[in-house]
Amino acid sequence: MTTALTTSPDAPGAGHPDGDFAVRLSHVHKTFGRPGTAAPVLDDISLTVAPGEFVTLLGASGCGKSTLLNLVAGLDRPTSGTIDVPGGRPALMFQDHALFPWLTAGKNIELALRLAGVAKAERQAEAERLLELVRLGGSYKKRVHELSGGMRQRVALARSLAQGSQVLLMDEPFAALDAITRDVLHNEITRIWAERRLAVLFVTHNVREAVRLAERVVLLSSRPGRIAREWRIDLPQPRRIESAGVADLSIEITEELRGEIRRHVQH
Amino acid sequence: MSSTDTLRTSADDAAGVEAGLDALETVPLQRTPVTVVLRRKVLPPVLGVVVVLAVWQLAYSLELTTPDKLPSPADVWDSLTELWYAGTLFSIIWTSVWRGLSGFLLSVLIGTPIGLLVAQVKPVRAALGPVLSGLQSLPSVAWVPAAVIWLGINNSAMYAVILLGAVPSIANGLIAGVDQVPPVFLRAGQTLGATGLRGARHILLPAALPGYLAGLKQGWAFSWRSLMAAELIASSPDLGLGLGRYLENQREFTNMSGVLLGILLILTVGVAIDLLFFSPLERHVLRSRGLLVTTR
Ligand SMILES: Nc1ncnc2c1ncn2[C@@H]1O[C@H](COP(=O)(O)OP(=O)(O)O)[C@@H](O)[C@H]1O
Ligand SMILES: [Mg+2]
Repeated sequence: MTTALTTSPDAPGAGHPDGDFAVRLSHVHKTFGRPGTAAPVLDDISLTVAPGEFVTLLGASGCGKSTLLNLVAGLDRPTSGTIDVPGGRPALMFQDHALFPWLTAGKNIELALRLAGVAKAERQAEAERLLELVRLGGSYKKRVHELSGGMRQRVALARSLAQGSQVLLMDEPFAALDAITRDVLHNEITRIWAERRLAVLFVTHNVREAVRLAERVVLLSSRPGRIAREWRIDLPQPRRIESAGVADLSIEITEELRGEIRRHVQH
Repeated sequence: MSSTDTLRTSADDAAGVEAGLDALETVPLQRTPVTVVLRRKVLPPVLGVVVVLAVWQLAYSLELTTPDKLPSPADVWDSLTELWYAGTLFSIIWTSVWRGLSGFLLSVLIGTPIGLLVAQVKPVRAALGPVLSGLQSLPSVAWVPAAVIWLGINNSAMYAVILLGAVPSIANGLIAGVDQVPPVFLRAGQTLGATGLRGARHILLPAALPGYLAGLKQGWAFSWRSLMAAELIASSPDLGLGLGRYLENQREFTNMSGVLLGILLILTVGVAIDLLFFSPLERHVLRSRGLLVTTR
């Protein structure tokens, strides 16, 4: 079952040095409130995600993961530094599915298509195709409250894909799901990522989830959020979250994460 | 990706688990059968009315007071049939209902943009928000003397009083609706590209609809109350015979069964419009969003 496990602790922020990229952050700082008065939340983040690359951003809660994703999504501006997303507005999935309860599952997706400029005649067929893709073919007419937590996140995923962006940002999208459902959704996201060649920036505080999904895990330190270390993961997909390869690397990364957290003990 | 075989089987496997989970976690929604609705929702209020009528009849039979102060239910019924045979029953009701509904619609047309403006523009909110809340707690009957002096005893005065009663409720309902929109919807809309007017149309307004409907419902109640108060106080042949005027006429004739009939008609019309129109609309909106907790 276990295949060769290669970890290469690259220099922080190295990523893909040259050429083509899906997302690039250069020396990004973020401070809430007036600069100088408050401590920075993000400090000198440089990170590049290549087209088609799956990167997980790992960190303790409160370390600035959501802040970082919001900056990339364009919902907020960095205090300094630059963020480039050459493909245009990226898709963003939230921990809370954020589906609109006044629309059916299908119409939620159609709204995203409409806002992305898809012609009216094509919307319904495309929405049905996207529902098929997340294996919810029969659920076009379902209301949000009629769907289970896992189904809601799959509709939310379909709605994000409807934007047609090649960059998908995910902010702890499976954190509120039970382990079995989460496992199923890990398979789904891996499958769809491979099929669609998406660049994914996936935020989580769950080490195993990070290792299960990513080609590259980026560890963020807390207060201020800095890139502490990163690991390239060459285990073949689809991986199993219980596999020895995932477990071994998770232990190593957890140790590192604990070290980062321990630094904050008051002297 | 070394082996496509293992990939396929594990994918099929996952699809099976997924379908099973979906089936397990989807609770079939059941509609309550009509008989149960009748028994639980219709029967209790009907019984309540029957009890009130019985107590009323008993008080009459025991001669607790004179019949000119407390006529029997049958006397009130006779006043009703009298109006019916005189052919004026519907014209009286219609005069008031028409005035009330058109005043209400006018209030919606005015209250909605005001509400949106106050909800969305900070300086406007700072200036007008407290005024609107204040107006909402002022009984609009207090405006009747002013309206009569400004506009004369005519329909315009009636409409002015309705507007002053209903516009603040409608605007405040919409403001509350907008304020209660979960920020995550706005952020989701923003990432989908719904900003500015498109955001208002596709995200903000539909999300604020439940609060807006509650405001409309209250706006109707206020319209109706204000109108009845205005009709009671202001009297002029120009105004025609509406329910409020009818009630006041009966008082002038000291015809107590007519007075009671007037009160009952005003009550019935107010409740009927709410039950026929606003309640079903509100229930539909709440149910389709899963916000209506079905009582078991
Ligand atoms: N809008 C904001 N204003 C002020 N502080 C904020 C704001 N958003 C986040 N923060 C602070 O920034 C830090 C990082 O938050 P967040 O990015 O949500 O963390 P994470 O997603 O990693 O749990 C927290 O300490 C939080 O209190
Ligand atoms: Mg977060």
